[in-house]
Amino acid sequence: MPPPRSPDVPTLAALRRLTDRTGAGSEPADTRTLPFGVPGLDAALPGGGLGLGALHQIHEGGPRGRYAATAVLFAGGILARLDGPVLWCLHSRDLFAPALARVGLHPDRVVYCETWRDAEVLPAMEEGLRHRGLAGVVGELTRMTLTPSRRLQLAAEGSGVTALVVHRLCAGSAEEPEPSAARTRWRVAPAPSEGTNRRMGRPRWRLDLQRCRGGAPGAWIVEACDAQGRLAVPAVLADRPAAPERVQHRAAG
Amino acid sequence: MAQDGARRLLAGVDAAARRLGLRPGMSAAHAGALVPGLHLVPADPEADAAALARLGLWCQRYAPIVALDPPDGLLIDITGAAHLHGGEAPLLADLSARLERTGITARLALADTPGCAWGLARFGEGGIVPSGDAARVLAPLPVAALRLGFEAVRALQDVGLTRIGQLGDKPRAALRLRFGAEILFRLDRALGHAPEPLTALAAPETPRVALRFAEPVGARESLERVAADLCVRLVPELERRGLGARRLDLVFARVDRLDQAIRIGTAGPSRDARHLARLLAERLALIDPGFGIEEAVLSASRVEPLAERQDSHLAAGPQAPDLAALVDTLLVRLGAARVYRLAPVESDLPERAVRRVPALAAPLGALWPTDLPRPARLLAPPEPVMAMAEIPDAPPLFFVWRNTRHLIARADGPERILGEWWVADAEAELTRDYYRVETEAGERFWLFRDGPMEAQGRWWLHGLGEA
Repeated sequence: MPPPRSPDVPTLAALRRLTDRTGAGSEPADTRTLPFGVPGLDAALPGGGLGLGALHQIHEGGPRGRYAATAVLFAGGILARLDGPVLWCLHSRDLFAPALARVGLHPDRVVYCETWRDAEVLPAMEEGLRHRGLAGVVGELTRMTLTPSRRLQLAAEGSGVTALVVHRLCAGSAEEPEPSAARTRWRVAPAPSEGTNRRMGRPRWRLDLQRCRGGAPGAWIVEACDAQGRLAVPAVLADRPAAPERVQHRAAG
Repeated sequence: MAQDGARRLLAGVDAAARRLGLRPGMSAAHAGALVPGLHLVPADPEADAAALARLGLWCQRYAPIVALDPPDGLLIDITGAAHLHGGEAPLLADLSARLERTGITARLALADTPGCAWGLARFGEGGIVPSGDAARVLAPLPVAALRLGFEAVRALQDVGLTRIGQLGDKPRAALRLRFGAEILFRLDRALGHAPEPLTALAAPETPRVALRFAEPVGARESLERVAADLCVRLVPELERRGLGARRLDLVFARVDRLDQAIRIGTAGPSRDARHLARLLAERLALIDPGFGIEEAVLSASRVEPLAERQDSHLAAGPQAPDLAALVDTLLVRLGAARVYRLAPVESDLPERAVRRVPALAAPLGALWPTDLPRPARLLAPPEPVMAMAEIPDAPPLFFVWRNTRHLIARADGPERILGEWWVADAEAELTRDYYRVETEAGERFWLFRDGPMEAQGRWWLHGLGEA
């Protein structure tokens, strides 16, 4: 029989509250989230969606990591479902705006700035993150180390603006980004579509949630963003009795 | 034509008169004999000076410090201002084109020192002198290009010193002894060994505030505070006149009279002291305080009417983001050409489908056709690839790009795009058959063939990813 709880012994919940207040806890200050509409994916994320007012890292797997073409669309789809203007810090001139419009990000909402080098992208992102009311700030970076990521995360927390870093792997840079203070880290890669008779179907992506503070890493195959920026569960998988399963569990954290 | 005692002399001639052999300084009688029916206009030096001052004020569009060099010259200090015009060469080209359009004949030179630019504009070909090249460029010019008086030039010529380059290797003490200090003084200024302060022009109607310091200041933090102070003082002046600043010039007067200036532009008229001070602070790093700064002058060199509506920072909720403040900061930091929005253009050619619009332009509401899939990255220019198709007009089976072979699992196409012959004649021939292809791994590419297969059309990769 358990001993009766004495009023002097702090309960676990009280301790949690205490650590939250001192900022030592992992509970984020901003609890708004943006669900993806993919049940398994949302369940893996704390709060049931992508945390807003936080920094998220997206990099593209596969040999075309340098172009990060899929990662760009993933970022565009997230911003399409938020309200407000977007600041997009470019790394080179190859972004094709009509594709962003196809995932729901209207060109009227996006202000581009040509920050060709990482050293220019980071301060421009930080500047954008100070301005409340923006839907988000996207920065195309070749490399992000811990300290700049902390600055971006703090700036995002301060204003509630969501920061997305799209990694553009370049020759000599590591396949996987360095550790950072980002709330989540995603690896996005194209996956074969369900075409019939050599025709193409809706594009599919493989999303790996590699790191997630307060959530569980995992991997999913999804149908690419539609014209409103929404992902979808592939039909074949959706027919299964259980919710769409994780493709494979990767050791990450 | 000017009056010199009893004689009437030509004060200035235009290009046509110069071709007929007329030169300033000729007597009017001589000129009349050379060119019968010559049209003479009485000289009006006062009107000329006023026009030069007007032109000088207009030139402040390029940089805050513009000095008059009467009777017919202007000196512009573009230090730290060239980036707003895309660099030195575009600035000069723009100035030249605008002057030409207004019918002003001018020769422009850009150099490290006012003296060097002066000499090059008057005695050389003008143009841009690379930094540190003043001595080499000045060497072949006549000594008069040093802005010497008539006597000094003649004294030099009398001993055979006609080119500036000849002065450089002469002992300075001997030059000073023989010709006086003026020559060395001018030479040092032209080569940048001695400083040359410029007295900035100021339009009387420009909103302006100044701060004088009892002790010279120089620390970065002090300058930031000074800039903020000046902004706070300037705002009531703007308010009183119902104006907002589009451009601010902050000139720091150094104790050695070598003024330093920074300039910021805003995307829309602003009277927000905090915002303006932050924009100025972005560029304060360019200021070299030297031995100290004793005065700071802030002027709104470009203003626009602005209705009563402030406190944008207080009112801004999440629904009304103050995008102007962000855009201004980025404009100041990166330059005007590097911050923009994109808008659709009706064109079948993907590389022409996008144009830039100002970042704060009103929403256009326009979209690209939404029914056609488009790549996320567009390669400009397209890269040649080796591709193989079974039969004409069928999608390729594989392609080789940068030594990697991509097997195509699924494909769509062709989508035929024809050249826009109304843009360029050469495009009448242009035909592209676009194929969207997907590799075994699911990667999507945008390929096109620039002609029918029978006509040996080549394959190109134009885009990656797809939405």
